[in-house]
Amino acid sequence: MIAETGLAALWLAAGLAALQLVLMVLALRSDLEVGRTVRAIAVVQGALTLVAFAMLLLVFARTDLSVALVFENSNVAQPFIYKVAGTWGNHEGSMLLWVAILSVAGAFLAFLSRRTSERTLVAALGAQAALALGFYAFLLIASNPFARLDLNNALFTGALNARGLNPLLQDPGLAFHPPTLYLGYVGLSVAFSLAVGALLTDQVDAQLARAMRPWVLGAWVLLTLGITAGSYWAYYELGWGGYWFWDPVENASLMPWLAATALLHSINVLAARGALKAWTMMLAVIAFSMSMVGTFLVRSGILTSVHAFAIDPERGTFLLALLAIYVGAAFTLFAVRGATLKEGAPFELISRETGLVINNLLLSVVLGIVFLGTLYPLFVEAVSGEKLSVGAPYFNAVAGPLALILAVLVGVGPLLSWRRERRPVFKQLTIPVLLGVTALAITIIVSPSMTILPRLGLTVATYLAAASILPLLRRNPLRAPLATWGMVIAHFGIAVALAGMAMNAAFTSERLAVIKPGETLDVGPWTVLLKDVTPGAGKNWTAVEADLRATRGEKITVLKPQTRYFSNPPTETNEAAIETFWNGQLYTVIGKPDPSGGWQVRLWWKPFVTLIWTGGALIGFGGALALLGRLWRRRRRRSDWRKERYV
Amino acid sequence: MSPAIRFAPLALLLVFIIALIWRLATPVDTNVPSKLEGKPVPTFDLPAAIPTKGALSTSDLATGRPHLVNIFASWCVPCIGEVKVLQDLKARGVVVEGIAVRDRPEDIAEFLARNGDPYERIGSDAQSRVQIALGSSGVPESFIVDGTGIIRYQHIGPIGAADVPMILRKVEQAR
Repeated sequence: MIAETGLAALWLAAGLAALQLVLMVLALRSDLEVGRTVRAIAVVQGALTLVAFAMLLLVFARTDLSVALVFENSNVAQPFIYKVAGTWGNHEGSMLLWVAILSVAGAFLAFLSRRTSERTLVAALGAQAALALGFYAFLLIASNPFARLDLNNALFTGALNARGLNPLLQDPGLAFHPPTLYLGYVGLSVAFSLAVGALLTDQVDAQLARAMRPWVLGAWVLLTLGITAGSYWAYYELGWGGYWFWDPVENASLMPWLAATALLHSINVLAARGALKAWTMMLAVIAFSMSMVGTFLVRSGILTSVHAFAIDPERGTFLLALLAIYVGAAFTLFAVRGATLKEGAPFELISRETGLVINNLLLSVVLGIVFLGTLYPLFVEAVSGEKLSVGAPYFNAVAGPLALILAVLVGVGPLLSWRRERRPVFKQLTIPVLLGVTALAITIIVSPSMTILPRLGLTVATYLAAASILPLLRRNPLRAPLATWGMVIAHFGIAVALAGMAMNAAFTSERLAVIKPGETLDVGPWTVLLKDVTPGAGKNWTAVEADLRATRGEKITVLKPQTRYFSNPPTETNEAAIETFWNGQLYTVIGKPDPSGGWQVRLWWKPFVTLIWTGGALIGFGGALALLGRLWRRRRRRSDWRKERYV
Repeated sequence: MSPAIRFAPLALLLVFIIALIWRLATPVDTNVPSKLEGKPVPTFDLPAAIPTKGALSTSDLATGRPHLVNIFASWCVPCIGEVKVLQDLKARGVVVEGIAVRDRPEDIAEFLARNGDPYERIGSDAQSRVQIALGSSGVPESFIVDGTGIIRYQHIGPIGAADVPMILRKVEQAR
């Protein structure tokens, strides 16, 4: 019954989405007043998908093996948290989460929106319903999460014991990383729908930008945090010691982030100056389109990746059709309506507008580079039949320098004022530039052999750390608006993350050797003794655990990396043991035994590597602070306005 | 804004969609050919695994016609299902030879009696020496060896009913 309730809720939600779409078309053709009705429908639709998702959570929590999805992806012996998190650790479940977030976002838009005109809101809710409708169809036709198990089929395949969640995913990271990323991905759908709605009703203006901004900011914060968390998860769970692999699925999350970052900045120009209308609408469309491209790439299994999920041409075709329809329709709308968009107030060469335009151009070029690199193998194979892969060397070499230029400009942009800048801005940057040059000199003295990118990375990071706080120092920091604080913290976070990446690239030391218990291995400043190797066991795995004693001077640090063997499905995972110190991380992995009685031991000493994720968290925190500031100011303004009217 | 700029995103999208349609229509070939293909079978001389059948050595394979060498064991569960497919292959004219890994004669006899017997000869590889020399990492695994003793194809895991046409084609190519 639970599964059937979920399925019924999904069908009902699909019906309501269709109704919402029809009402939108009617409202746009005639001047029908349907605002209240459409809002109510959107809210109910969101609630219904929440019910559907709750039902799926319930069957997973109870390990109801009569549901095919549970049978294939869960296991009685699995710890409870992974039973629950397993709900979205598979194709159908994660698509349901995707759709649930999409329609709940629509519901919130309907419920909270006060700033957009009624007509644009109805159009935007219609666009949101159209998006949801396609994905409901996808779930109901091609990926029903509630399908019951066909027992004959299961007996035939001889797999009567449920297969269990992929062990790589049996990690607390799974509970948070996908939902956070999805909230970010799909949160961008609201920006998409508002842009489509405004293009339909010809109301692209500053007011629209102000209505769109909190959504973009919120989605961007969640994307930032999701990507940062995913990067750290891959770092410790895969046991490869890297934080970013330029894997297609990672790129799929980076592309919407880059587009959203550009949108976040251009939307300010539209909100404050009424300029960059067409460009901002384009970005709003592209940001969510990139989310859909990402979903398509991941879910169709079209590109080989460490995130290798199900490869299914039928689902791929369905998703591709949705992608073509939605993005195609939005681009067509843009092409038709773009002619009527009038640009707002003009600006001079040295102004904040110019700064933001350059920011957008650079981000777009980086986005293009990542997009091309991710899909280039596909095009080459289509044209010449040759198989190749584009890896980190391409991305680092091409995107790296651009990112550095962008980081330099991040220090300048916030100091400029709107329209035209008359003050000698570059004078303010004297101290940051001097600090950067000092850092450069220090790297040359301390480490003459360092390669060019990390060296420049450290230089720019030092400069930016100082330059990013200047906007606060120009006035009393305590009286600066929360949004300014948010911006400063986010920009400072870029400097921190950049410093972490540069230090990781420049100073990491790595050792891989076969040693016997009682022997030692040196890495960086550490001497690591393999004391013993012992067996261990958990609820659904057995393991080999190494007892490592690391010393640097006096104190001994104990590390216990494991290799875990999961029987269901049969898989081996490396559980790295990582010890964090103020100046870096010691990262240890135990590998396979050797016939002579030795063990493969892999060690890394990574100075200041944690700065990468600290920076990511700071960027996200800055965004959250800015969002809070915007919302708070808006409320205060509204209540002021009410008071005035009252008086 | 000029129409060229306004329609550019649409044109780019079209190229992108066409490329993806092409990709979906031509699925990726993820098979990595075995390094052993094209190499001669390593020299071995295995004793008979059961008294009623002949022993197996390298010279038995270079007889001018292709052989399918199946590495199996009576204790291997997927092998039970595979034997039926091998019998089908035998019925279609494929010569199937067996290498029993880490097995006992009485267990092999019972296994064949219960599940069927497609094998011409069965060599006993008690220490997995030949299995390792063949670069096989588990049971079941099969090799198609042509008439001159060269390995033409390595199949990892059980041969399923769906693989029969492909195996027949490979055997035909090895003739």
